[in-house]
Amino acid sequence: MTRIYVPIDSAALALGADAVARAIEGEAQKRGVDVQLVRNGSRGLFYLEPLVEVETADGRIGYSNVEADDVAALFDAGFHEGKAHDKNVGIVDEIPYLKNQQRLTFARIGITDPLSIDDYTALGGLQGLRQVLDMNGDAVCEALLDSGLRGRGGAAFPAGIKWKTVRAAHADQKYIVCNADEGDSGTFSDRLVMESDPYMLIEGMIIAGVAVGATKGYIYVRSEYPHSIATLNRAIDKARDAGWLGASVLGTSHAFELYVAKGAGAYVCGEETALLESLEGKRGIVRAKPPVPALTGLYGKPTVINNVITLATVPIIFAKGAAFYRDFGMGRSRGTLPFQIAGNVNQGGLVELAFGVTLRELLYTYGGGTASGRPARAVQVGGPLGTYLPESQWDIPLDYEEYAKVGAVVGHGGLVVHDDTSNLAELAQYAMHFCALESCGKCTPCRIGSTRGEEVIAKIREGDTSVKQITLLRELCDTMVSGSLCAMGGMTPFPVMSALDHFPEDFGLPRTPAQKAA
Amino acid sequence: MTHPQLSAAASAELVRRHAVQDATLMTILHAIQDEVGYVPDTAIAPLAQALSLSRAEVHGVITYYHHFRSAPPARVTVQLCRAEACRSMGTEALKDHIEGHTGCRFDSGHAEDTELESVFCLGQCALSPSMMINGELHARVTPAKFDRLYAAAQTKVAEVTA
Repeated sequence: MTRIYVPIDSAALALGADAVARAIEGEAQKRGVDVQLVRNGSRGLFYLEPLVEVETADGRIGYSNVEADDVAALFDAGFHEGKAHDKNVGIVDEIPYLKNQQRLTFARIGITDPLSIDDYTALGGLQGLRQVLDMNGDAVCEALLDSGLRGRGGAAFPAGIKWKTVRAAHADQKYIVCNADEGDSGTFSDRLVMESDPYMLIEGMIIAGVAVGATKGYIYVRSEYPHSIATLNRAIDKARDAGWLGASVLGTSHAFELYVAKGAGAYVCGEETALLESLEGKRGIVRAKPPVPALTGLYGKPTVINNVITLATVPIIFAKGAAFYRDFGMGRSRGTLPFQIAGNVNQGGLVELAFGVTLRELLYTYGGGTASGRPARAVQVGGPLGTYLPESQWDIPLDYEEYAKVGAVVGHGGLVVHDDTSNLAELAQYAMHFCALESCGKCTPCRIGSTRGEEVIAKIREGDTSVKQITLLRELCDTMVSGSLCAMGGMTPFPVMSALDHFPEDFGLPRTPAQKAA
Repeated sequence: MTHPQLSAAASAELVRRHAVQDATLMTILHAIQDEVGYVPDTAIAPLAQALSLSRAEVHGVITYYHHFRSAPPARVTVQLCRAEACRSMGTEALKDHIEGHTGCRFDSGHAEDTELESVFCLGQCALSPSMMINGELHARVTPAKFDRLYAAAQTKVAEVTA
């Protein structure tokens, strides 16, 4: 019997993986080949999807970009025995793109059937939770602080401090909320966790609950991710059946229940307080802080709210120890970050590496340059609210503090590559337009500023490059940065100003001597 | 534009079934839209009553979120990602192609049987441009691939309704 893996992650599905799976089953039956089809997660090497893998004595051999029409020819070539074919990419674990990564959080991704609890526990799953169940909650929070883990959603706040605050708060009910409203273009690491290794997130949330004394958890997933929602719901049901959830977590006195809540297409709900409002069933309007959610969160109760990757990284920290995790990285950026190489890139996918890697390395060693084959010109790092980095900044190590020095943000590690046909003035205008579309409307700088910003950039693009217009744009951005309640209005100027500073020619402005030198 | 709306009695029945204990307004709205394809105006009053909210509050939530629609969807709904990663791979040119091919405009409702909707990120940013047609996800979309998928969606709908 041959075991063949066809990914069920939505990236593979979007390229026809279901049809490939059906074709393999049909063809195997026709030829009388005994095949066991496994629907695994994605390895995150999206440029190879659908990546079909065949188990052999030497390891799992991959066949890339398989379409249903290729299946008969693959069988003819003996792919079910791992034989040669144009699409054969060799042993998947040996592909440099994968082999050279430092996969801690994503160690199991794509290897397992996302919904198999046996697969999960066979590859280290639940080890972290079992450790935590023998520990005192204070020690758990302390260990998390020791690990150096900072919020992976973008704000990079130390997770251990958040947990300690919630643990120390007195309340009849506390909550764990997972922010899975991954709305930033150029990001898919949360989605990959939810669809390809959901138990890791569930384990991380249970650990959080046990540590701070919370008995209810919610995963708020955006409505644009129906596959994630379906996979999580099935995984939670199975975890409950297996005794991880409910009145007694793995037979202990800890109780924890977990629910999935579905967003409804509002980008600003990725902001934690807007998310809490939405979770309560209301309009996703940002709350003023303080009070912080750790003290006054969901329904006014102390709440740990962390991003998917933050919570999904918790299990390995407790399985292998805080020091193990802390030993990766540089400066105050400890551990690894799943970089997401996206946009105009030849080899897009997820690359988990310790902090300190450079954009140039990610873009060329992993990304293989642009998809268009044209020179890369700008990379937007950290989502729609991150800056556009010109080539002169591609050698800065990806580290929260090093990036902050040049006014850039690492954010959640999403990289969107643009080639030399891009127009940064157009992208700046789009940034303001998007802010106008998605502003919750609570504060004036964001609500009004975004619309005015779009208008001013439009005027500049139409040829009014007078000092007056440029000054107006800069002052408007300044007001938004200093006067907005949250990152939506407060950071929309980042892409705008970086476009103006580094690519003035796209706005019809001359380059300064310093820019010419760079 | 007027649309046939569910009767008040039918809406009241929908709300009664989905307004279970502890369900938030958002949860109930999702359940209703998942079942009938939209949130009928006639559901607002019973929702307000069931949750002890004002009708304005219910209306406010429905209209705040892009996902909720107040009218039945078109027979074919195309949701094209217009965000940065897809822009870097020519989604704006694809948008022009789609408008030309279907004769419809993006984000302008639907008089015909096709609705074109801009969305911002479907999580397939390494495989741009991406889109959904009637909820089915597609990546690395080219104009030719769009034409093929659009024709297939129309045929499928025609078969279902025939």
